[in-house]
Amino acid sequence: MLNPLTMEDILNNNRLYGITALFDTPDEIIHAAKEVAKAGYKKFDVNTPYPVHGMDRSMGLRRSLVGYVTTFLGFSATAFILLFMFWTMSIDYPMVIGGKPYFALPAFIPITFETTVLLGGIATVVGLIALFSSLPYNNHPLHDTDYMRAVSSDKYGIVIESEDPLFDEEKVKELFAKLGSKKIHSVFYPEETQIPVFQPRYIVFLIVTAIAVSALTYVTLNKVLFIEPFSWMMEQDKVTPQEKSSFFSDSYGMRTPVEGTVARGFIPYPYKGMAAPTETLPNPLLPTKEVLELGKKKYLTYCSPCHGNFADGDSRLRGQFPNPPTLHSQRARDFSDGMIYHIIVNGQNIMPSYESQTTVEERWAIVHYIRALQRAKNAKLDDLQEVNKEIQLNVEE
Amino acid sequence: MEVDYSREAAVVEGNLRLAEIDSIIARPMEERPGKKYFLALAISTTALLIGAICIGITLLYGVGTWGNNQPVGWAFGIVNFVFWIGIGHAGTLISAILFLLRQKWRTGIARFAEAMTIFAVMCAGIFPIIHTGRPWLAGYLVPYPNQHGLWVNFISPLVWDVFAVSTYFTISLLFWYVGLIPDFATLRDRTVSKVKKTIYSIFSLGWRHSNRHWQHYEKAYMILAGLSTPLVLSVHTIVSFDFATSILPGWHTTIFPPYFVAGAIFSGFAMVVTVLVFVRKVFDMEQIITIDHLEKMNKILLATGMMVGYAYAMEFFIAWYSGVHFEFFVFVNRAFGPYAWAYWIMVSCNVLFPQLFWFRKIRRSIPAMFVIVILVNVGMWFERFVIIVSSLHRDFLPSSWGYFTPTLVDLGILLGSFGLFFTLVILFSRTLPVVSMSEVKAVAPNAQPTHHGGHLE
Repeated sequence: MLNPLTMEDILNNNRLYGITALFDTPDEIIHAAKEVAKAGYKKFDVNTPYPVHGMDRSMGLRRSLVGYVTTFLGFSATAFILLFMFWTMSIDYPMVIGGKPYFALPAFIPITFETTVLLGGIATVVGLIALFSSLPYNNHPLHDTDYMRAVSSDKYGIVIESEDPLFDEEKVKELFAKLGSKKIHSVFYPEETQIPVFQPRYIVFLIVTAIAVSALTYVTLNKVLFIEPFSWMMEQDKVTPQEKSSFFSDSYGMRTPVEGTVARGFIPYPYKGMAAPTETLPNPLLPTKEVLELGKKKYLTYCSPCHGNFADGDSRLRGQFPNPPTLHSQRARDFSDGMIYHIIVNGQNIMPSYESQTTVEERWAIVHYIRALQRAKNAKLDDLQEVNKEIQLNVEE
Repeated sequence: MEVDYSREAAVVEGNLRLAEIDSIIARPMEERPGKKYFLALAISTTALLIGAICIGITLLYGVGTWGNNQPVGWAFGIVNFVFWIGIGHAGTLISAILFLLRQKWRTGIARFAEAMTIFAVMCAGIFPIIHTGRPWLAGYLVPYPNQHGLWVNFISPLVWDVFAVSTYFTISLLFWYVGLIPDFATLRDRTVSKVKKTIYSIFSLGWRHSNRHWQHYEKAYMILAGLSTPLVLSVHTIVSFDFATSILPGWHTTIFPPYFVAGAIFSGFAMVVTVLVFVRKVFDMEQIITIDHLEKMNKILLATGMMVGYAYAMEFFIAWYSGVHFEFFVFVNRAFGPYAWAYWIMVSCNVLFPQLFWFRKIRRSIPAMFVIVILVNVGMWFERFVIIVSSLHRDFLPSSWGYFTPTLVDLGILLGSFGLFFTLVILFSRTLPVVSMSEVKAVAPNAQPTHHGGHLE
């Protein structure tokens, strides 16, 4: 805190800041400023409760350069935001919106303008305060003097600093008296007060602040964010699986479908339960590469544990169960596609139904894969010719 | 009464000395507030709390508690937003445009009008944020490099709004604060209370009324005024783009930007007059906020009111002249459809009643102007209601026509925004100088040197 100027300052022989003089009218202060400037003083200042017209010229001040700060930062913001919008909308995440080009200049104008004004305005104020006025400066020697109280209200003051090369206490006082001032004072630098950093009160304050901030952060991030309504709609009125429902009289949230309901994509198999159907379905899929790969994947998952990886009936279960049959027998080769499909759906002898594990498409794919295995194990000479033809074709290419 | 318009009226009446100006302005801050003050504060805080409760209900149960639904998807939320943003425009106009035009009479009212700008923008800001239903996610409006790898859509008028309103708020706040710095310094040197002195010292930044600082200060103030002038025009222009860039009949019109700006100034001046009528009386500031100032404001009200009236007429003319069937339907439906009552409230309050300001007696009569400005406030709120709701409620498909009725929550939030505004105004009137001390002193009689720019009366 600052202490008001007292006699002690003078008695303690504190360093002199300057000599002040007060005037009653704007005319007098204009005249005084002119005379002081004419006398060659450089480090002097005029303090008035409001800007007095013509004072800049009387004091011999140069033009204010605040405008350059505004211009420079304002136009920097213009360039930055235009480039930024160009980069985001045309390069980083290009997206056509409303049929406009990626660099839609007319639509960029509003934000460009606002950003220019925002940065220009902030730069002006920060520049004014920090750069041009060197504020905040609350321990300036002029504060808390009668001089400052007077110029804050209705008097006009002038001060010549002791650091001015021409400064001479008597001469300055003489000059002020000649100019007609009735209140001439010396202003001293205030005594320097030092506040020790490591005092217990301060440390306790720091600890309490740290604890309070940590607790608040913890509660906000771990508790508040998980209560309604901040919980991303975790609490909803819909019935989730296994949940009780107050709507139905039996309280079951999960309802069984009405008898005869056919779910999408689950067309019922017409020969279900027949041991030896007289007619079967044709395979709707073509043995393309994708189908064969799907069939291989599903065969290896569901069929290979018993029938073996290559359908030889030589799986790891051999000996623990009645032996699973090979699929390369004449009987199996003579099965129509539909019959193999029928066995997958219905099961046969000890083999259970695989209806619930596989979809319709997967079953037909398995059938194709079994056909491929059968042909590979029972290859004929003309098959070799086919293979050779394919190799030849690849070589030529 | 006889008023001599041939010579400029004194900006400060009654030959006040500079120190007297200080004490008149500082008195509300130095006295203990009376019972009436607390009564006013209690009423406005009650309204504020009702609004807070209604916002709480909105957040807890969702925006379904509001009356808007298809086809009227935008209603009270946006009506109130545009209304409050408009109120703010008068402050910037007074502080920036009238400053550049060297209108000295602005000094008495500028500080209060600027404060009202800031408070009105705060009220306006509530609505776009709460109408999303999850205001805690408003951070997504800021273009920052986020985990989604997405940027905001810079060519959307709603994003322009975010930039315009936040820039407007920031610049208005800075402008206001820069104006307050010298006054904080004066208060710092006046007060005897140690606590107040510390606070004023911090906010005055150690201002010394030094002419080496005044020189830059005046320049910076002029630059800020220069920046604010296009800014204030751009803000309501961009607000009008929210509507004008759509393809909805009734919204898709090129007259919207100037029409909205004129309407904003009109409604803002009405609100400033409404509040100043009380302030000058309650705080005995009749010599600083003179009847001449109020008369000048009423003249601006008359002018902008007629601009708004011209826009109403021109919208109708273009709807007919364009030959667009849907456009024409919207306007006929506005004036004679289910919302005709709102339309005619708007026209009578905004165009007809302000015509009374042609009479000098009414311009200078406090009760008359008070009634008229209240009507203007009502009318301007209804203007936004008419534009938004009546354009939406009957679109191209008659099967989806509807009628909007506000819910209690809607009305509660509107009341709450007025509560917030007046609470802030009431608190402001006793904590900060409601009139700029340094500016008023600068235009007081004999305040400037006689040989340079001074006034030889």
